[in-house]
Amino acid sequence: MENTSIIKIEHLTKSFPMGKSKFTALKGINLTFGEGEFAGLVGPSGSGKTTLLNIVGSLDVPSSGEAKVLGESIGSLTAKGAARLRKEKLGFIFQSYNLLAVHNVFENVEFPLLLLKYTAAERKKMVMEALDWVGLTDKVKSKPPQLSGGECQRVAIARAMVKKPSIVLADEPTANLDAANSHNILQTMVKLNEELKTTFLFATHDEKVINYLRRKIFLKDGNVDQDEISTN
Amino acid sequence: MKLAIKLAYRNLIGAGLRTWLNVIVLSFSFVVIIWMKGIMVGWDHQAKTDMKNWEIGGGQYWQENYDPFDPFTLSESHAAIPVSLNDEITNGEIVPSLIVSGTIYPQGRMQSVAIVGMNPHQSIFMLPTEKLDTTTSAIPAIIGSVSSRNLKLNVGDYVTIRWRNVNGMFDATEVVITGIFSCNVPSVDVGKIYIPLEKLREMMSLKGEATILTFREEQSERPEITGWSYKNTATLTQSVDELIQTKTVGQSIFYAILLLLAMLAIFDTQVLSIFRRQKEIGTYIALGYTRREVVGLFTVEGAMHSILAAIVSAIYGLPFLIWMAKSGWTMPIEASEFGMAMAQTLYPVYSAGLVISTVLIIVLVTTVVSYWPSRKIAKMNPTEALRGKLQ
Repeated sequence: MENTSIIKIEHLTKSFPMGKSKFTALKGINLTFGEGEFAGLVGPSGSGKTTLLNIVGSLDVPSSGEAKVLGESIGSLTAKGAARLRKEKLGFIFQSYNLLAVHNVFENVEFPLLLLKYTAAERKKMVMEALDWVGLTDKVKSKPPQLSGGECQRVAIARAMVKKPSIVLADEPTANLDAANSHNILQTMVKLNEELKTTFLFATHDEKVINYLRRKIFLKDGNVDQDEISTN
Repeated sequence: MKLAIKLAYRNLIGAGLRTWLNVIVLSFSFVVIIWMKGIMVGWDHQAKTDMKNWEIGGGQYWQENYDPFDPFTLSESHAAIPVSLNDEITNGEIVPSLIVSGTIYPQGRMQSVAIVGMNPHQSIFMLPTEKLDTTTSAIPAIIGSVSSRNLKLNVGDYVTIRWRNVNGMFDATEVVITGIFSCNVPSVDVGKIYIPLEKLREMMSLKGEATILTFREEQSERPEITGWSYKNTATLTQSVDELIQTKTVGQSIFYAILLLLAMLAIFDTQVLSIFRRQKEIGTYIALGYTRREVVGLFTVEGAMHSILAAIVSAIYGLPFLIWMAKSGWTMPIEASEFGMAMAQTLYPVYSAGLVISTVLIIVLVTTVVSYWPSRKIAKMNPTEALRGKLQ
């Protein structure tokens, strides 16, 4: 399944200014991800996993080296180009869901489709399909404050998946969920990965997530410490 | 843009009370500004109409020495009516009036007045001059209600007037008040007493002479006549324009304060929004917006307050403004003491231009005020915004 390379990271370094000095979060990372992978960047806080995820998500740029996502070099993308990449090809799932609080479930999931200028009928069909994947078709009118944490994260997954992106980037998606909800969410993501061939890239240090990953990249102090591929 | 409007609308409606508080404050500004501007337009319109109806008609010829602000010129401000105007006078299209300086003695008191000779059959002015066409033991006279109050004179009262004729001789006679009129133009009422023109000419030995010749219809241009100067209505109402202009400047300060309060609320909301909604901003960027587009969204959101305010204003303001236009606004002060033509009740006049320009100005100012704090988004780091870590 994981044959075509869709993310290619070469000698990637990312530094942040800290007062008069610099803090290097990523130190010459080399990684490649293929289509349909279910992989995770694993490591403690400060290991650089979120930084790497943000660069892959074109929310940040490398200080040096290169990150190519779906053939686009992140460092040389314009703001418009990066926005287009995120809009068309990438889906995001965040630790704290980041749902639009004043919009209901339907509107939250519909949002990426609005940006892609689908017609109202197309949007409705696609939103209902995405909500069906996550089992929330009965909550279309509910607003995020009326939902449980697990339901919010399922809405976030539906929002990330509704446009059928090539890559979904999930940053600590289960950090705010209990064990039962975490497993439920992860099973949904595994199912979508298998059915839609979407590449999932996680940033996590949660054991529950790690157990579901088919590929685990352990980061330590900005370096790749281990790159494990499960055989099952 | 369509999407920004759609999202901004959802966000505003979703924000609930915060949105509606801003909208109500802003709508209050809309209604008050339109109402006050309407009052000024109505006042201007009413003052000019009243002046035309009571004082200036469609324009005037003034005897060249006449200066309404200098009573000492009155003794020299008369001349024979030009022959070329006789036909118009006969047809009633021009009304001559003679003004002389005099003194009135009500209840033994002495007061200066301008004695105005007016044809009792004139129909250009709204003055009830027909009340001068009566046979009485004394000369019939009409006065305004303010003069009546000040001089303590009522219909049927006799009073002595004194004047100086062309030979410099003082003379006096009695007049009887045959009519009291109510008029919004102070210069027609205060300090003036109207008697029949021919009687005044007789008293002054000024047969066939006049001080002012007033036209019925608006005259775009009149030929030059030696010894007379032509004044069109624009010149004659210039003082109204100047006073309205002065009042408008004063009111503009009030509008500015009103707008400032409303804008302060919008600005505050925008600043708070940008601080509180960092994660949302980050999410918009993660989902495919550029930072510029998010700035646009927040600007549209802020500006949309003014659109909602215009709608809310229409809901409660329209009935109020229509009611005011019908029932008018009664002045809290004695209008006759204001110094210019002013009715006790002013009727606001709202033109489409007035409403549209007010709406456009408020929308424009709101947009600028909304954009100002939103520019901060353009400098935000989306990864930090996503975590709500910006200070």
